[in-house]
Amino acid sequence: MRFVDEFRDAGKAHALAAKIAALCEPGRQYKLMEVCGGHTHTIYKHGLEDYLPESVTLVHGPGCPVCVIPMGRVDDAIHLASQPDVIMTSFGDMMRVPGSGGSFFDANAEGTNIRMVYSPLDSLKIARQNPDKRVVFMAIGFETTAPSTAMTMLRAAREGLTNFSVFCNHVTIVPAIKAILDSPDLRLDGFIGPGHVSTVIGCRPYEFIASQYGKPVVTAGFEPLDILQSIYMLMVQLSQGRSEVENQYSRVVPWDGNQAALKAINETMELRPYFEWRGLGFISHSALKVREKYAAMDAELLFQVPGVRVADPKACQCGEVLKGVLKPWECKVFGTACTPETPIGTCMVSPEGACAAYYNFGRMNRNRVPEAQVTRA
Amino acid sequence: MCLGIPGEVIELHPEQPDLAKVDVSGVRRMINIGLLVDDPPVPGEWVLIHVGFALSKIDEREAAAAMEFLEGIGQAYEDEIAALRASLIE
Repeated sequence: MRFVDEFRDAGKAHALAAKIAALCEPGRQYKLMEVCGGHTHTIYKHGLEDYLPESVTLVHGPGCPVCVIPMGRVDDAIHLASQPDVIMTSFGDMMRVPGSGGSFFDANAEGTNIRMVYSPLDSLKIARQNPDKRVVFMAIGFETTAPSTAMTMLRAAREGLTNFSVFCNHVTIVPAIKAILDSPDLRLDGFIGPGHVSTVIGCRPYEFIASQYGKPVVTAGFEPLDILQSIYMLMVQLSQGRSEVENQYSRVVPWDGNQAALKAINETMELRPYFEWRGLGFISHSALKVREKYAAMDAELLFQVPGVRVADPKACQCGEVLKGVLKPWECKVFGTACTPETPIGTCMVSPEGACAAYYNFGRMNRNRVPEAQVTRA
Repeated sequence: MCLGIPGEVIELHPEQPDLAKVDVSGVRRMINIGLLVDDPPVPGEWVLIHVGFALSKIDEREAAAAMEFLEGIGQAYEDEIAALRASLIE
């Protein structure tokens, strides 16, 4: 088994599997959502579902920054990039995301200048080197990434750079979790909280999930054992009838988050009244826009943005996958018309997307470890 | 996207207190450490890096574990290192 070969302490994984199985109440089904796409990746890569009893199901959440960008925003970005003298900068993950008329790569073939950058800060060097061009950074990502955009804007302001702006598409995780909790489609028992988002926002923002919705949350690290341990911690809470926020990843995630990062976001950005998410639709206060104080760096004010809503292709069921209602392989086009090479939907584009993770690592035949078999008297 | 890669701080920028040179799997590049202003890292310490910014300090054991995990995920990690290599932060 892959997991045993690759992971150095398979013994611990088997021990955790046995402890999780021992906590299952007969006849009860447990649905746990891992919010973060990085966790989804680990789960499939290491076949962690084989370590869980039949009654424990993992549901993949919306925490994949590229996956949640609606098609209309990709079209808007390409429109911006097509304006005279514009150089757009973007993370590599975004380059292959299909808009209604193609991806950034396709747009470049038609003449736009969209450059891949590692960091938003790289955009500043491009702006300095091209004073006669207008450099627009395509900002995407959750709270993990928003501070980097914020710090880049602050740096640009300090330098007095006038040819740098941001097309802000940053989203916030908590309203998306709330939308899922309020959705009638899905009944969840608990959440594996995102790791790196939580290094920025801390664990407090999840407290409403425990107090108002009565569901436990455990913030988790990215190693296979981290995730198994988090599932165990969730199962302990459920077996004791508790719902609290716990931090399995405390070696990296401070309970109160990173104050300097939150301050930088707050200085440069504010919540939008609403934002459209792929699959989840419009969610109130779920995304960030550039603050008026930094209007000179707001691409949405500097340029005309069409803002046209574009429906996903009919065949694409990314929406259901992002909400956890469908498993990747239940989508009609999974692995046939939609593959990582020719993606139709975003979940197949990003390595954190549930479809890509399952396509690359998943197996139809489950081979549960003996410890995960629940024996009933 | 939310990938965080561990790097060892090699030296602080002599003029810009926001910047530090880090070593990630042998690739040495400048990153921004401005988000750790409340507890700035010093050379020899490890940080978790996301899109050119240090997000948090980590201990060496955590760094080794994260590295092992990242090397295991293959292409996504290689893409990240390739992107870091091409980075222009100054």
